[in-house]
Amino acid sequence: LSFFCLGPGAGQDVGRSCILVSIAGKNVMLDCGMHMGYNDDRRFPDFSYITQNGRLTDFLDCVIISHFHLDHCGALPYFSEMVGYDGPIYMTHPTKAICPILLEDYRKITVDKKGETNFFTSQMIKDCMKKVVAVHLHQTVQVDEELEIKAYYAGHVLGAAMFQIKVGCESVVYTGDYNMTPDRHLGAAWIDKCRPDLLISESTYATTIRDSKRCRERDFLKKVHETVERGGKVLIPVFALGRAQELCILLETFWERMNLKAPIYFSTGLTEKANHYYKLFITWTNQKIRKTFVQRNMFEFKHIKAFDRAFADNPGPMVVFATPGMLHAGQSLQIFRKWAGNEKNMVIMPGYCVQGTVGHKILSGQRKLEMEGRQILEVKMQVEYMSFSAHADAKGIMQLIRQAEPRNVLLVHGEAKKMEFLKQKIEQEFHVSCYMPANGETTTIFTNPSIPVDISLGLLKRETAIGLLPDVKKPKLMHGTLIMKDNSFRLVSPEQALKELGLAEHQLRFTCRVHIQDPRKEHETVLRVYNHLKGILKDYSVQHLPDGSITVESILIQATAHSEDQGTKVLLVSWTYQDEELGSYLTSLLKKGLPQSTS
Amino acid sequence: ESHQVLAQLLDTLLVIGTKLTENPSVRMRLVEVACKHLTDSSHGVRNKCLQLIGCLGPVEKGVAKEVESQAAKDVQKIIGDHFNDQDPRVRTAAIKAMLQLHERGLKLQQAIYSQACKLLADDYEQVRSAAVQLIWVLSQLYPESIVPIPSSNEEIRLVDDAFGKICHMVSDGSWVVRVQAAKLLGSMQQVSSHFLEQTLDKKLMSDLRRKRTAHERAKELYSSGEFSSGRKWGDDAPKEEIDTGAVNLIESGACGAFVHGLEDEMYEVRIAAVEALCMLAQSSPSFAEKCLDFLVDMFNDEIEEVRLQSIHTMRKISNNITLREDQLDTVLAVLEDSSRDIREALHELLCCTNVSTKEGIHLALVELLKNLTKYPTDRESIWKCLKFLGSRHPTLVLPLVPELLSTHPFFDTPEPDMDDPAYIAVLVLIFNAAKSCPTMPALFSDHTFRHYAYLRDSLSHLVPPLRLPGRKLVSSPVSPSITPHEDPSQQFLHQSLERVYNLQHLDPQGIQELLEFTIRDLQRLGELQSELAGMADFTATYLQCQLLLIKALQEKLWNVAAPLYLKQNALASAAAKQILEETYKMEFMYSGVESRQVVIIHHMRLQAKALQLIVTARTTRGVEPLFGMCEKFLQEVDSFQR
Repeated sequence: LSFFCLGPGAGQDVGRSCILVSIAGKNVMLDCGMHMGYNDDRRFPDFSYITQNGRLTDFLDCVIISHFHLDHCGALPYFSEMVGYDGPIYMTHPTKAICPILLEDYRKITVDKKGETNFFTSQMIKDCMKKVVAVHLHQTVQVDEELEIKAYYAGHVLGAAMFQIKVGCESVVYTGDYNMTPDRHLGAAWIDKCRPDLLISESTYATTIRDSKRCRERDFLKKVHETVERGGKVLIPVFALGRAQELCILLETFWERMNLKAPIYFSTGLTEKANHYYKLFITWTNQKIRKTFVQRNMFEFKHIKAFDRAFADNPGPMVVFATPGMLHAGQSLQIFRKWAGNEKNMVIMPGYCVQGTVGHKILSGQRKLEMEGRQILEVKMQVEYMSFSAHADAKGIMQLIRQAEPRNVLLVHGEAKKMEFLKQKIEQEFHVSCYMPANGETTTIFTNPSIPVDISLGLLKRETAIGLLPDVKKPKLMHGTLIMKDNSFRLVSPEQALKELGLAEHQLRFTCRVHIQDPRKEHETVLRVYNHLKGILKDYSVQHLPDGSITVESILIQATAHSEDQGTKVLLVSWTYQDEELGSYLTSLLKKGLPQSTS
Repeated sequence: ESHQVLAQLLDTLLVIGTKLTENPSVRMRLVEVACKHLTDSSHGVRNKCLQLIGCLGPVEKGVAKEVESQAAKDVQKIIGDHFNDQDPRVRTAAIKAMLQLHERGLKLQQAIYSQACKLLADDYEQVRSAAVQLIWVLSQLYPESIVPIPSSNEEIRLVDDAFGKICHMVSDGSWVVRVQAAKLLGSMQQVSSHFLEQTLDKKLMSDLRRKRTAHERAKELYSSGEFSSGRKWGDDAPKEEIDTGAVNLIESGACGAFVHGLEDEMYEVRIAAVEALCMLAQSSPSFAEKCLDFLVDMFNDEIEEVRLQSIHTMRKISNNITLREDQLDTVLAVLEDSSRDIREALHELLCCTNVSTKEGIHLALVELLKNLTKYPTDRESIWKCLKFLGSRHPTLVLPLVPELLSTHPFFDTPEPDMDDPAYIAVLVLIFNAAKSCPTMPALFSDHTFRHYAYLRDSLSHLVPPLRLPGRKLVSSPVSPSITPHEDPSQQFLHQSLERVYNLQHLDPQGIQELLEFTIRDLQRLGELQSELAGMADFTATYLQCQLLLIKALQEKLWNVAAPLYLKQNALASAAAKQILEETYKMEFMYSGVESRQVVIIHHMRLQAKALQLIVTARTTRGVEPLFGMCEKFLQEVDSFQR
């Protein structure tokens, strides 16, 4: 009987994932994300829920980070250094490598650019990373004697993992973000039939079934190709990690295949470091990259070079990946301003744009933009939108549930309305209960844990000697005494139990009277009963004793005439507690009466 | 006593049993032994027992009746019982044994089907993989029998049900099972088209509203005559609302099986899916039409083998399909692939595709020419491709001819360079189209005819013979500019003549052949180069005579007994007559014949006359006329010697 609870963040909201799970007395925190939309205290999860009962380290047994996106790991230094947590933090190797780069970048933007104080420092990030324990895929890590965790591949981004958390026979699977369709650089999420008690799944695309990615890729390549052939320049604003690498691989292989010569540039900085890690963690990528790795590491780009500010004015066609992805600042915006005037050029937005950014404006069709200093920028270049997203769609979520076969499903990381739909579907198609708690809400799930019991060897041997061969999959009935002592369970034979506990043996006998209409003599009635029983109970030893009673195994049956009515005979059936099953069967048999045989 | 020993023992028995094929009683004994050990607690032993039963179990009903042991009677039941064994290895062995029985010709019972279906949900991939196979076998055995759908009252054909189940396995967790399932799908041709078409349908939705697939959109844009803009953000905005109740996210049916299979992570699965698509499409034209979009998409797969496979597949089904323009566009984009195999496969595909519009043909031509400039080594294969493209679509090529040849109704356009591979490519397309389109040659300009004649000779395997109206030898006005042309032809002439000088060293067979070829060459040369025509014709005629003479002499007429050579005699005399005629022609019809040549001609004529004399000598009975002829001949010899 364990319960799981959902803590500070996440729930029915995208961004700021942070889930607290209590399983069989162990407390585990899943992800420690921040909210990108806020700039005050709300950006971090509210840990006071935990700290009110004492220190974090005492309360939590471990923390698990699924992947390096800031909405899953952004609050980690704050949590471990500022609030104070010294226990283990688990993440995969790539996540451990890339996570500090992103955190440092994020810190720089908030502290150095926006000038905020009361924020974690570089040293804090370093200290925090020292607490991290890296895990391999499918490696079972024993956190303490009872708690163990295991990582599964999740796709989504490099190093993303799903975690199985197991205490005794109760288990939870937390998916983090995952992707069931492979892309150009990562494979698909996979899990075995681990049948967890609870599956906590993200549900960003709860109501979407996506089209084949091939069409999207083809469109993308075609547009880039056409523009380059025309002699135009292509700008692709991206965020440094994740999609950027996918698009790089896509263009790189296309260039290779088609023997194109136009240069591709990637704006420098963070990306170089990140690409380095992509090169290292080849085992986490997809089949194609892993296979060709022997000849050439796909991330050692042949056609993609580092970008220099001066290149933007070079004549001739080129493709440039520049950060950030929404065209709201930085290099991508600079290049955009330079190229916007020429209708031969093109900008491709590969992702979602928040309202108010230049990206959003041009996507919604605005052609005249007001820049700072009252300049009006006329956008003549072509604007394209392409969605490359790496979350599982509704079908993918269902597929994962089918693979894992959980007993309960809990949806997080999505919008309430959409989750409602998916919840309904899950309940309908898998017949498992599904939950979708709101932020800060606690959900309790009751499980049916099987409890292991030690059985004494003598009893086991005796019981197996009676029955047939043990059949592993079928339950078997056994007689014995259960002793619960000092938090341990033992199954022993009754004699031993009596001896151990120093109790005397008591016998419990059931007796029952059955009335039978039979005008004949007593011993004749007995004989009839005897024949009847002998006919039915072929497997048991039925005996007619000389004193006029019948025994079936150890059950005794005696017949006497009724004191008032001679036509009615009273059958006395008596059996011990151990023979309860047979005894009650016998009485019900006799109550039905004897067959009307004439002999 | 030891399980291992026992298992080994059974293995040995199995080998013995398979060797003793003609001894049924021994085999029965072995099967009985195996059945006894089926209750063994070790999986290894049970494994071997099942294997043995599978390999040796009685197949014919007749054998079973004389066997006293009841156990051996129903082998299928025994094996079927072990489908629920606790050990996955034993379960796998049981299914394999069942398959073995099937292979040996035993008709499996239909009752196994439901058992096998349960095994599809097994925890172990070997079991699932084997179960998929078993279901496939059963679906081939009982395609038409009816099975009920659980949870509803409906009933469907077994093959459809099995198809649905195997489709479901295409999204299995283990890739081994996925490959297996995808492969087997291809061979289920009895499945009804309704189910088949579901495999390509994956209901798209966005925020609970039905969305059209990119394929559908492309089709619509195409039919409405617009070009894909893709410029708007909401271009793919979902349109209709859908009923939440009506959406099944995981259908037990075939829904979207191929969509998943083609998008699979492992390329083995993708290849298997493409193969299956190919096989199914070959048997169902309507399905072929539908799967086209998906196959075209596969042309852009990241793994070359998959691309190649899908191109080959497309070629195999191309009889059933016509490409839309937008599809053609994608197909043609692959022409720029840097792998030669891919390009050649694509050329082969284009050889046998049907294109729907003249724009399509034009597009194909333009792309092929682009390919040609980028990879000049592809020349042959591109020409061949255009040959078939032309001959398949004569009516579509017709309106393009003026544009392609860049002719103008009023002005003469400059004559294109004959050695330009691109120009040759265009001509190959046009000439092949013209073969079945008699109105086309009317659009040709003069130089086109000349180029035709040239190409017909130099690339005769690519250019078909055309019946051109009033084909004339357009002798271009003789101009000084001709001289550079003279050189190669003259050289050619001399070369061929030099070859003839070496005649004596060859064997008779070789001589004949060489002469024939040279004559042909010379005649052709005469047709092409009018200024050399006289010389060439003259030489050709001379050689012709020589040839005839050699042929005639070869018969060795004078050795053959009179009655036998009646026929050859006619031949020889005809040859002699012809030579005489030709020599007179040579002597008098050509201007500028030198005296030395006249002598040669006379020599030839003399030889012919000698031949004639021999022939008449052998055929005529009387002596008188012969004497006259001899005298005449001697006179001629005299005059020749002078």
